[in-house]
Parts: sequence; structure tokens; C-alpha cells
Amino acid sequence: MAKQAEKKNLELPAELEQYYRDMLFIRHFEEKCNMAYRQGKAGGYMHVYIGMEALAVGWMHSIRKGHDYVITAYRDHAHALLLGTSPVALMAEIMGRKGGTAGGKGGSMHIYDPKNGMYGGWGIVGGHVPLGAGLAFASRYRGDDRVTLNFLGDGAANQGVVYETLNMAALYGLPCIFIIENNEFAMGTRLEYHASDPELWKRGLPFNIKCERIDGMDVLQMKKDAERIINYVRKEGKPYLVEIMTYRFSGHGAADNDRQLYRTKEEELENLKRDPIKRLEQVLIERNIANEEKLEAIDAEIQEIVDKIYEEADASPFPDVEEVYDNIYSDMTPEKGH
Amino acid sequence: MSLTLEMTYRDALQKSMLEEMDKNADVFLMGEDIGRYEGTFKVTKGLFPKYGHRRVIDTPITEAGFAGIATGAAMAGLRPIVEFMTMSFSILALDQIINHTAKIHYMTNGEVKCPIVFRGPGGAAKQLSAQHSHSMEGWYAHVPGLKVIAPSTPADIYGMLKTAVADDNPVILYENPGLYTIKGIVPDNPDYTVPFGKAQILREGKDLSLIGYSRMTHINLAAAELLAKDGIEAEVVDVRSLLPLDTETIYNSVKKTHRAVVVYEDWRSGGFGAEIAARIGEDCFDDLDAPVLRVGGLNVPMPYARVLELQCIPDENDVIAAVRKFK
Repeated sequence: MAKQAEKKNLELPAELEQYYRDMLFIRHFEEKCNMAYRQGKAGGYMHVYIGMEALAVGWMHSIRKGHDYVITAYRDHAHALLLGTSPVALMAEIMGRKGGTAGGKGGSMHIYDPKNGMYGGWGIVGGHVPLGAGLAFASRYRGDDRVTLNFLGDGAANQGVVYETLNMAALYGLPCIFIIENNEFAMGTRLEYHASDPELWKRGLPFNIKCERIDGMDVLQMKKDAERIINYVRKEGKPYLVEIMTYRFSGHGAADNDRQLYRTKEEELENLKRDPIKRLEQVLIERNIANEEKLEAIDAEIQEIVDKIYEEADASPFPDVEEVYDNIYSDMTPEKGH
Repeated sequence: MSLTLEMTYRDALQKSMLEEMDKNADVFLMGEDIGRYEGTFKVTKGLFPKYGHRRVIDTPITEAGFAGIATGAAMAGLRPIVEFMTMSFSILALDQIINHTAKIHYMTNGEVKCPIVFRGPGGAAKQLSAQHSHSMEGWYAHVPGLKVIAPSTPADIYGMLKTAVADDNPVILYENPGLYTIKGIVPDNPDYTVPFGKAQILREGKDLSLIGYSRMTHINLAAAELLAKDGIEAEVVDVRSLLPLDTETIYNSVKKTHRAVVVYEDWRSGGFGAEIAARIGEDCFDDLDAPVLRVGGLNVPMPYARVLELQCIPDENDVIAAVRKFK
């Protein structure tokens, strides 16, 4: 089987199964987050990655984990999970617990795990994009071979500071990949209502940044493209911009209760046909790597893992109120009291 | 062997940055026209020829962009010193500094540090009018997660810049452009530092306390000199560091003199001096013989005509007029 795979330049079965498990894990983890939100166990703003799984899986399987830098906006659970962040700590953070990735100080939008290369988790649309270029700046300054994956949404692609950053990234030759996750909506505003030219990949052109548009619903193609682009950036030490076409099956955030305000049910059903998980299931079956029975077993296994993650996180304590002053600074505390 | 040098505030700052760059290869400078052009106020003169474009980086005129890139570099462990051509331009980078830089340590629960210095001239220079004359220190000192310093002497800027570069937290260094040419004695010691959170008494007195920072400390010294001729002994407290704030030194002075005037160039309403006055009122009420007074900049956008501009900025006569209100 392995020999045959090599011959046809196909992925190894174990590799395919891993992508499948990763995507399914994100899907079920995010569904659990939605449930936690509905039950009042999670609060604030929370944005899930349902429908977009192939994108993060393709990229995270192509970098050197813990070596390369990753930064993204507030739809950040998947990136952290794939980099190796403890899912219990992540769920605990979403539930505002002491054992969360940031001790309950960040929440869903602010997931950090620098040891695994995860630099957030940022809440201001487009605001983190220069920070990502700054991580890449550090690589260039030190002469190391780290690459930065700088994820942003289609809405962020319009922010002024993003243009400032693209200019400087090209000017200074920063090894930074700007990855526009185009899920067709900036919150509830459809692409053609917020972008004068909806072909967002062109935003690299004025800055002489190599750029292209890629399908993000096919994990196998995503992986190949990601690998190719990362190799280029690592070798050339130059920025790159990609627009990745995907679709957000869920609402903008957990508080987005009426998607029909900005899109029809028919449109959603049509797009469900592009479900990256279903698409990979077909490949697994076609290549005789799994049958329906095995897929169901994997699904049940992952569901159980996610259930346990949730239970463990839910059983963990809330922060002590005294911790409110901790870590504002590394070495001091501001004036205390109301 | 000479252990001190006489030099200007500007040269002390330049020397301090140069020595820190020599000590630590992770320290670099970033800003508009700071390299080939040597900086608008010539603070970075001589640094580009010495360190080149790798460590003295001319940026496009995009404050938010380079404030963010420098912040990201600091997250990765470098130690940037970012110059704003004037602190008024840092308004374009407020989202980066307040929403990002200042929040990193807390939002990561201490996992990511952000050792960065933002510095530049703040307050009125000379006839730069409404868009180039902002005092920004009070805005920044409002934000938990930032440290804010405003030294008034060459020795202090020399030592405090070094403390700022060594600090693992973001620091705003506020320089009043009127100070660049003043001279003073500076220790000739690359390891000299001045700690944050320590105010200093620059002139002792028993009758009242004049409390200020940056250039206003010199106005207070001048006012104290004039008051002395009338037999009034004013104590001059140079706050130096706004966040952290050394309330102990301020309170001890007020406990001794029982009267306080807080002097600041920023708009009188809501400026940082109002914070100092409020704290004295809250914590030293029993020691006070009179209400705490404030002398601040006029609450108007800075006008261009020199006669109008001078009207806006507090001087020693305004301070003395306030002191005369005490019975």
C-alpha cells in the first residue's frame, strides 16, 4: 500500500487518517464550545471554526511546530489545538477557569501558547497583522529560518494597518505569509458589500508581494499548496499573500443567532456540499483506507474524547479573585482598589 | 579621572541609546527619519553611521504599522526602541499601543513579555500649533500595562532610558522638546541607571510643595527662586515617573509643607496632574492647610501665534499666581 501510494504520489493512509481525525476533532470541539456557550458556561464573544477546518489543518501540518510562528485573530481555537495546545487548558480558558491557557484572563478570543508557536488570539480586526510581521522581523533580524503564518479574515483585509504592514513586509523582506481566510463574510457583511474588489488575493500586487487564490475546502490540496508556499518563503525570505476560499458554516460568533439576516438557508445548504470533512471521507472510502463503519467508530471515539475534555475543564476551578492583579506587569502591580 | 560629563539632554539620551546598543545586540531603533536624516530633533545623530540600516531602521510614515511590527519583534524577544517624530503622531498608533502592546502580558497571563520603549517629544515645541503639540503622557499613564516616565534632567534621561531598555514591560518615554538643549552633569558610566517610581526633591522648602515633571520641573524651580525673594520657601518635587508613581515622596513633602500645587503642561482638565492632586486630596487631607491647586495648560487646541502659544503653556508667573491664592 505504501509503495503504491508513493508511485501515484499519494498521501500515506496514516497521514490521511490524521487529517481526518484533526478536522473532526476541531468540528466536535467547536460544537462543544457552542454547547458550553448556550449553557452559559462560556461567555463574551466566541467564534468557532466549523466549515473552515481544512484550512488550518493544511497549514499546521506544513510548518515546523514550535519553531515557526503562528498568529491569528479571534477565531483561534483550531490553530492552537493543531499546534499542540492542551485541549483541556483551551476549553478551560473558554470557560474562564484558573487552569486555562491564560488563567481565565483572555477567553476564547485570546488563546496563546508561545512554547508551541501560538502567539494569539487577537480581538481587533486586522490589529494583530503588524504583530505577526514583527515576529517575522525578529526572524530576519536574527537570521534564523522561522516562517510566520499570519492569519487574517476577509474583513481584516480592508484595515489600513494591514496595508501599512504589507508595505513594510515587502520593504524589509520579512518571511511572513499573510493568509486571508476568506469565509465570505465580515461578521454579517457579505464580501461584495465590504470589498471594492472581492478578489482579495490582489491585495499583494501593489506591494510586489507574490500572491494567489487557493481553495481551502480540500485539505489535500491545501496541504500541498501550504507546503509549497512555506518552502518558498523559508528559502527566499520574502513575504507571500494568499487568499483562501472557505465558508463559515456557523454564524460569526456564538451570539450570531439569525444568519438569515445576511444569507439564505438555500445558500447554506448549497455550501454544506463543500464540507471539507465529507470531502475527505469520500477520499478515504475511495482509497480503501476506511469504510463507513470505521468512520463512524472514529467519530464516536473523538466525540468521547471531546466529552472528556469538556468534563475535565468544567470540573476545574475558577480563578481566585486575588489573581485579578497578577501579570499586568512582569515586576509590579498598579494602584489597587476601586 | 573624570567621572561626570556636562552635556545636553539630547546628547545624554543619544549616548544612553548608543551604549545600550553596544551592550545588547537585541536592541535596535525604529522610526521615521531616524537613520539617514538623523531624526527630526537630531536625537539619533551618529547612530546610523555606526550601526547601519539593520539596527537603525528608517520606516515609512505609518505609525500604527511600525509600532505593531516593533511590538511583534518584542514579543519574539528583541528590545526595540521606537521613536515617534512627535508624540502627537503616536495617536495614529494608539490601537497598537493600548489595545495590543499594553495588553500582551496580561492576556497571556505572563507567558509573553513585551520589552519595548516608545519615545519622542511631547508637548509644545515652538509654534507647531494644534496637531503637533499634544502632551500624551497622561493618556498613556491611564493605561494599566504601560509604564510612563518623564525625566527632567540630562542625568535622569540618561539613566532612565537604560532602565527602560532593560525593562521587560512596555515603557513610554516622554521628552519635552524644550528640554533637548538644557545642560547638566551626567555620570560617565555606561551602567548608570535611575529606577522608575522614585520622585526626587530638587529644592527643599518648608512652606509649600511645587509638584511637576519634565519641563515643568524647571518652571517650578524658577518659580521657587522668585518666591524665595519674598521669603517663601517652596519645595520642588520632580515626579520623574508617572506610572509607577512615587506617592510616598510626594506625600512626605506635602506632610512637611501642608500646601501643594501640581503643575503640568497638558490640558488642565483631565491631565495627569489632576490625578496627582486627587491622590493628595484623598490621602493627605489631614495634613493639608489649603486645597490642592492645579496649574495646567489652557484647555484650548494649541494655537500658532507665539503670543497665543505662550499664553497656553504654564510659566513661573502662573505658578506664582497660584501660590498667591494660599492665605
